[in-house]
Amino acid sequence: MSSMVELKNISIHYHSISGETKAVSDLSFSVEQGEFVCIVGPSGCGKSSILSMLAGLIKPSEGSFYIHSKTNIGYMLQKDYLLEWRNIHSNACLGLEIQNKLTTENIKRVDELLELYGLGDFKYHMPSQLSGGMRQRVALIRTLAIQPDVLLLDEPFSALDYQTRLYVSDEIGTIIRKEKKTAILVSHDISEAISLSDRVIVLSHRPATLKSIYNIDLTLEERTPMKAREAPEFKDYFNKIWKELDVHVS
Amino acid sequence: MYHKEYISQKQLEYLKKMKKRKCLVRSTQVLILIVFFVIWEISAQQNIIDPFLFSQPSRMISAMTDMATSGILFKHIGITLYETVLGFLLGTIFGTLIAILLWWNDFISDVTEPYLVVLNSLPKTALAPIIIVWLGNNMTSIIATALMTSIVVTIMTVLNGFLHIDSDKIKLIQTFGGTKKQVLTKVILPASVPTIISALKINVGLSFVGVIVGEFLVAQYGLGYLIVYGSQIFKLDWVMLSVILLAIMAAIMYQLIVLLEKKFLKWRL
Repeated sequence: MSSMVELKNISIHYHSISGETKAVSDLSFSVEQGEFVCIVGPSGCGKSSILSMLAGLIKPSEGSFYIHSKTNIGYMLQKDYLLEWRNIHSNACLGLEIQNKLTTENIKRVDELLELYGLGDFKYHMPSQLSGGMRQRVALIRTLAIQPDVLLLDEPFSALDYQTRLYVSDEIGTIIRKEKKTAILVSHDISEAISLSDRVIVLSHRPATLKSIYNIDLTLEERTPMKAREAPEFKDYFNKIWKELDVHVS
Repeated sequence: MYHKEYISQKQLEYLKKMKKRKCLVRSTQVLILIVFFVIWEISAQQNIIDPFLFSQPSRMISAMTDMATSGILFKHIGITLYETVLGFLLGTIFGTLIAILLWWNDFISDVTEPYLVVLNSLPKTALAPIIIVWLGNNMTSIIATALMTSIVVTIMTVLNGFLHIDSDKIKLIQTFGGTKKQVLTKVILPASVPTIISALKINVGLSFVGVIVGEFLVAQYGLGYLIVYGSQIFKLDWVMLSVILLAIMAAIMYQLIVLLEKKFLKWRL
């Protein structure tokens, strides 16, 4: 296995008139090809900054990062952000459109993905006619359509209510595994992190530094996010990470 | 939700009730209009009000038929309409273009902000005489006045709309490697169609103000000219007629924009 993404001593600082905020400090880790890695940390600790940096939206203040050459990056945001004036098909094609890749072949792939993930009948519906879970699936297809090698997921389920969230994270986790994508998920939900990922990276309070890394080994016949929650080891991982996160309610 | 389903008796009764209410509102509205004109007519005939100063519906109708047969009425209406439509279209188009420029370059936006605020609170009709001196005694001045009244408020409304678009939608375009131009064409402009249409609605009224003031000052034709000339020679029939025609024109133009809104904003329903 080769490293797909590698971070070396990354620091990210934000500047504003009122002062400088250190979001990330001296962070290093790497992600292998095909791996599903989850970054957890207390809210507001700078997790999202790491994804923004990998996507090229912001530059690190110090350190360097490496992404395997010619890697196409797919980014999934906290909400689906479907454009209300476009129908589902046209929303799913947005990424292709921006990257000038609207070939018949790619459009056909979008159609297949929509069909495969139960949205075939809703192709010409408007986003407002779809449920939250369906919209999130459209957002995933929009990301998958550009055939990314690495998926960056920034709490993509946090806008959903608890039951939908379980269902959608199971579904989307399964889709990502099936498509054999490398994925980096940012979350503050410990059980979501354990159920989805191969490895959990725990970060500290802001400025985010690396606290520990857990390899998630679950004894399961078939690894799906929903079933993972029933694995005997699940609770142990949960407790360890919970202690590590050191949540203070004050 | 989208299927024809069995409708219960209660639902039918409810629908009937709502329909009846709608009918009642509409007929009361029409009735008020009729009563207003009838009272006006009767009180003028009974000399309760002086028809020389207040005019009266029958005299307005005969003035209208006179002017319609000579064809001059249509010239007045046509010219006012032309100037207004041009004024508010130009105001909306240039206003939107300038708003795009200010969105694109926040340095220019920050620099021009206080000037825009002052210009916005300045009564633009105060500039009409200056425009006439510069551009001459002609229709161009009138259109320019109409443009002036609507352009500043368009810039501010549209720019404000641009700046209130969810920044994460912009981020979405950027995550796909989109350029600033793509952010503009894929998100900012389509998301701002409602704002631009509401600017259009405001501009209909403002443009009429500009045109009428312009016509007060320089025109040889147009309803504004008819109002000012009519009042000078005490032809109040002309004045009242023009005001009512203006009200009808404004209402029709507003309704046209509402139709446009329905056509373009199906996704909001």
